[in-house]
Amino acid sequence: MNDHRRKGRRGSGPAEPYTRITRPMVRGRDGLLHETSWDVALDAAARGFAATRDRYGPDAFGMFSCARSTNEMNYVAQKFTRVVMGTNNVDSCNRTCHAPSVAGLSAVFGSGGGTSSYQEVEDTDLIVMWGSNARFAHPIFFQHVLKGIRNGARMFAVDPRRTSTAQWADRWLGLNVGTDIPLAHAMAREIIHAGLVNRSFVARATTGYEEFAAEVEPWTLDTAEQVTGVPAQAVRELAHAYATAERAQLCWTLGITEHHNATDNVRALINLSLLTGHVGRHGSGLQPLRGQNNVQGGGDMGAIPDRLPGFQDILDPGVRARFEASWDTVIQPRHGLNLTRMLDAIERGTLKAVYCIGENPAQSEADCEHTVERLRALDHFVVQDIFLTRTAELADVVLPAAAAWCESDGTATNSERRVQRVRRAVPPPGEARDDIAILCDLAARLGHPWTYAGAEEVWNELRALSPDHHGMTYDRLAEHQGLQWPCPSTEEVGPTYLHGRLWSDDPRLRGRPAPFGPVKHDPPVDLVDGTYPIRLTTGRRLDSYNTGVQSGGFASPLRRGENIELSPEDAAAHGLAAGEVVRISSRRGSVTAPVWIDPGLRPGLAFMTMHFPDEVDTNQLTIEATDPIAGTAEYKATAIRIDRIAAPAGAR
Amino acid sequence: MTAIPLQLPRRLVEFTLDGRQVRVPEGATVLDACRAEGTEIPTLCHGDTLTPKNACRVCVVEVEGARTLAPACSRRVDPGMEVRTGGARVRHSRKLVLELLASSTDLSTTPHVAGWIREYGARPDRFGPDAATRAGQEPKVDNELYVRDYGKCIMCYKCVDACGDQWQNTFAIAVAGRGFDNTVSVEHDAPLTDSACVYCGNCIEVCPTGALSFKSEFDMRAAGTWDESAQTRTTTICAYCGVGCNLTLHVQGDEIVKVGSPHDNPVTHGNLCVKGRFGFQHVQNRE
Repeated sequence: MNDHRRKGRRGSGPAEPYTRITRPMVRGRDGLLHETSWDVALDAAARGFAATRDRYGPDAFGMFSCARSTNEMNYVAQKFTRVVMGTNNVDSCNRTCHAPSVAGLSAVFGSGGGTSSYQEVEDTDLIVMWGSNARFAHPIFFQHVLKGIRNGARMFAVDPRRTSTAQWADRWLGLNVGTDIPLAHAMAREIIHAGLVNRSFVARATTGYEEFAAEVEPWTLDTAEQVTGVPAQAVRELAHAYATAERAQLCWTLGITEHHNATDNVRALINLSLLTGHVGRHGSGLQPLRGQNNVQGGGDMGAIPDRLPGFQDILDPGVRARFEASWDTVIQPRHGLNLTRMLDAIERGTLKAVYCIGENPAQSEADCEHTVERLRALDHFVVQDIFLTRTAELADVVLPAAAAWCESDGTATNSERRVQRVRRAVPPPGEARDDIAILCDLAARLGHPWTYAGAEEVWNELRALSPDHHGMTYDRLAEHQGLQWPCPSTEEVGPTYLHGRLWSDDPRLRGRPAPFGPVKHDPPVDLVDGTYPIRLTTGRRLDSYNTGVQSGGFASPLRRGENIELSPEDAAAHGLAAGEVVRISSRRGSVTAPVWIDPGLRPGLAFMTMHFPDEVDTNQLTIEATDPIAGTAEYKATAIRIDRIAAPAGAR
Repeated sequence: MTAIPLQLPRRLVEFTLDGRQVRVPEGATVLDACRAEGTEIPTLCHGDTLTPKNACRVCVVEVEGARTLAPACSRRVDPGMEVRTGGARVRHSRKLVLELLASSTDLSTTPHVAGWIREYGARPDRFGPDAATRAGQEPKVDNELYVRDYGKCIMCYKCVDACGDQWQNTFAIAVAGRGFDNTVSVEHDAPLTDSACVYCGNCIEVCPTGALSFKSEFDMRAAGTWDESAQTRTTTICAYCGVGCNLTLHVQGDEIVKVGSPHDNPVTHGNLCVKGRFGFQHVQNRE
């Protein structure tokens, strides 16, 4: 390890919380990271980027931007990528969660945001929580759901696990992992055969109905029951409840998106809303719940490889021309690489330098050992973070950053498209600096002397380029406690729900009709068989978060470390008691963890989190099978086996 | 399935407040009207995010024609009603309520109460030291996040409502015991760590007396370093999931010492989860 005090977690055993890094670090000839001055570190970082660009061209560079930093920082990071380095290789951890939601929604509606506001789930008649344990993962959204339930709405939970969300449901549909499309298609077929299609909406506002109806026709209730494990009667009940509700909200989270065919999953859910007209009205809509505080905003700001700020299509020459004029540059007229493909490109040797801001791919990516090997292969790796994460430990240059949410000014965008002010409440520790200032110093060293007086100046530059954000001045954001996009006018507030146009009587106002997606079922890649007989799925707990770098910092009385959660039936079949440490193996790796017995799991289904990777690295088990459209990995479906380590009866 | 009616625009109703004609939206309470008119009414058990419980009776007002005083926090305005907020009956009643509460309970951390005691001429000490039936209990310190100091509890029920069906729906706490012995408690009066509590801290957000407090505040008060005049309050966005909860960070000496959320915020309505309320420590974990 490093010669200086090693910051971060020490040794094995229960992890100590990470401590903040306060000085820049550069890897020396001895192979270790040494603290140094900002000038030395920035020179080293810039020199490496310049050398990569000069030797291999702009596309040998990749930016991992940060879904937990501000909109302003994401705007500057993508501008750095496109203007200073000259590539579109910029992405963030949106790839590991909701990129399929963005891809699916924008393919159908032309816009990648959830269509509804939180208030609407209080005013609706039916709430479907599909692949979402919002009670744990989005607790304050779930308070709006609880208001809706108390106002008389029915709630259906569709989830392989009987979660704490399902405990509030009228019905729990415990489907087999990865059978969301059969369930959705069977609902669609039932809606069609029962004559419950919203015919006028389908005729006026959609395309591709006939093809879609043919695609779902084989999915009878009985066939769906065999594939999904959900009783036909329950599928029928949900189909009828959804189709006949005056208003209905369809909410989903990573149970839909962390699959190898995730964009198809999203399309299958959107199909249901098109069939019944549950979109584009108050109380009727589609609500993907996003997992990082600014993962919506990072994409909106263009920190994705296929969109310019304001979610504007990078393939549109008119759009590019406006940005090129403003930035005095030439933007490549093609999509860059997403995070998944950047990691592949590192392995192929075509991506040589990475600038990683506030992301922890060494622990967050599926099959993470593989990711660590790839990051080690980089010629030049710069990490900007608030902690010396496992990812930062691999870097050539480590730049200590301010914590965006409380040490920076700016804005962030939430799951209901509400842009809200982020404000500096405390100073960053030691020599840690604001992300934007660091980016500008690097840009200056690479020939682009940008000066922003502050985050507001960045925001106003963005407002001039993004029609959807134009009306959102900082003053108005403060006055209205946030504004929802699209907000083109400084005189009006944005709509609370999207796509009301689809209900217009005037075909011109209706705009492009929404296409059905005739998607096909494709079971999880990692097959359950005699050797790996148990299906492992993953998710969050209430008091912890992602790789635990943030949430490990406070003393939660609820925290119980990593466990392998098993159904009572499987625990009994293996002769396991709660607390016994077992070996969990997949086709890629193996870890050990104590058993926790959860009666909410059905036989054959196991559950783990990713919150404690320093103790139990769950992502050594997961499979890197990724969605071809959005690049999201199938974290939700791993085939595992459980083996005892200790002999029973006190041998340990 | 029946449609749920969405809220319609409300009509205005007119009534007399301390001799003045006042118009308020239909359904407004006397307290809403008083606050809109700038008439000060003391409140303890009233919560701006909660349904009134009418527990403390410190907000009572006189309604012409009514036999008893009415709690302003829950009495809705009727057209033509006449309300007086400062008469002798009202002042006497408030004085007695303050005397009973302040003699039995430790109100040392209750905002505004010292001023009201002066204003209404209350003398809590006239009942003697034996009246202190609650004050002096040992605070319950059983976890690193928050402290329950029931010597400061006035049994206003706000924490129970916030934990229960009005917001959190966790139902970890309820009122236990009867008469002088009643108290807010988890099941079997167990430590919090053996209860259903999920540490959202939404009970702390609504507690009017400081009976429930962040452990950081409790420790700083014990050490004599808690100084609200030296604190800043800055509202920003939570560092965790994508719901976008607004956090109000209370900062003293460049350290976050307490976290709340604006009660009128459309995302949170003043509520947070354990990560938002207590998950700030990572930014100030230093070598």
